[in-house]
Amino acid sequence: MVKLSDFKGKNVVIAFYPADWSAVCGDQLTLYSELLPAFEELNAVLIGISVDSAFCHQAFRENRNYQMELLADFQPKGEVARQYGVYREADGFTERALFVIDAAGIITWSYLSPIDVNPGANHILEALKEIEGEKKND
Amino acid sequence: MTDNTNDLTIPVTQNDHIQGSITAPLVVVEYGDFECSYCGQAYTIVKKIQKELGDDMCLVFRSFPLSQAHPHAQHAAQAAEIADGQGKFWEYHDVLFEHQRSLDDPSLVRHATDLGLDGAAFKTDLQKAAFKDKVQESFMGGVASGVNGTPSFFVNGSRYDGDWQYEPFLEYLNSLR
Repeated sequence: MVKLSDFKGKNVVIAFYPADWSAVCGDQLTLYSELLPAFEELNAVLIGISVDSAFCHQAFRENRNYQMELLADFQPKGEVARQYGVYREADGFTERALFVIDAAGIITWSYLSPIDVNPGANHILEALKEIEGEKKND
Repeated sequence: MTDNTNDLTIPVTQNDHIQGSITAPLVVVEYGDFECSYCGQAYTIVKKIQKELGDDMCLVFRSFPLSQAHPHAQHAAQAAEIADGQGKFWEYHDVLFEHQRSLDDPSLVRHATDLGLDGAAFKTDLQKAAFKDKVQESFMGGVASGVNGTPSFFVNGSRYDGDWQYEPFLEYLNSLR
């Protein structure tokens, strides 16, 4: 069980994605895994989350050499996604959606991507820079 | 406020790797990874499209090595910059995409000598990672522009999210001519 409060003092990026092993999700997570040091520089951790099980995530992570944590929104299925308003009831999986949450637990930026478009990382980095920039100006 | 567009943040200049004229009606920037099999497919498609569009198209290649997924990609990208320093970027670019299964360091040097480049100097530059910063700059510039995987294409400055197979990509480019 992972709670947002586990990351107190850190910015958290949550990337909901439809499914392990799918082509678009694979590319998206490959990019994020590559960029973990850049997120870290902005005091952020990135977490991927889908309705796949923990065992499925483990195999996916090992196969792709991903370095970030992947959370299983598996039981009850889609419960976390529902709380963020990004569960696709008809499909049984989540939207492709990004949330940037600051260290105080406030969602400062979110983005709902077309399901088949990999949203990249540029806007995540911009949102994190905005948080960190504001902190410096305080 | 973060806006959600995906436009090229690093403008095309004469310092880029360019085929064609940067004043052409269609400027296609590819962010690619020499070890990525999709980039290998795109390589032949883009060549065909260039042939079709002729002087109307300018191709720019920028490296975007995904090192965790492709263990040789980072060195291959640096090697392409070394080849550029010796005056043969595009020839070397082509050789790498045509030999994606042989991208370890000895192969990178061998490809260079096969093209008549100075192998000893090439090897030294590769060992001291002479162009590591330049490749990293290319990578992070791509990230900032919204590169989301490889290959990623930008056409006249905007990310192209459509299909890059020959027919749909050519059709799209033709629609902008």
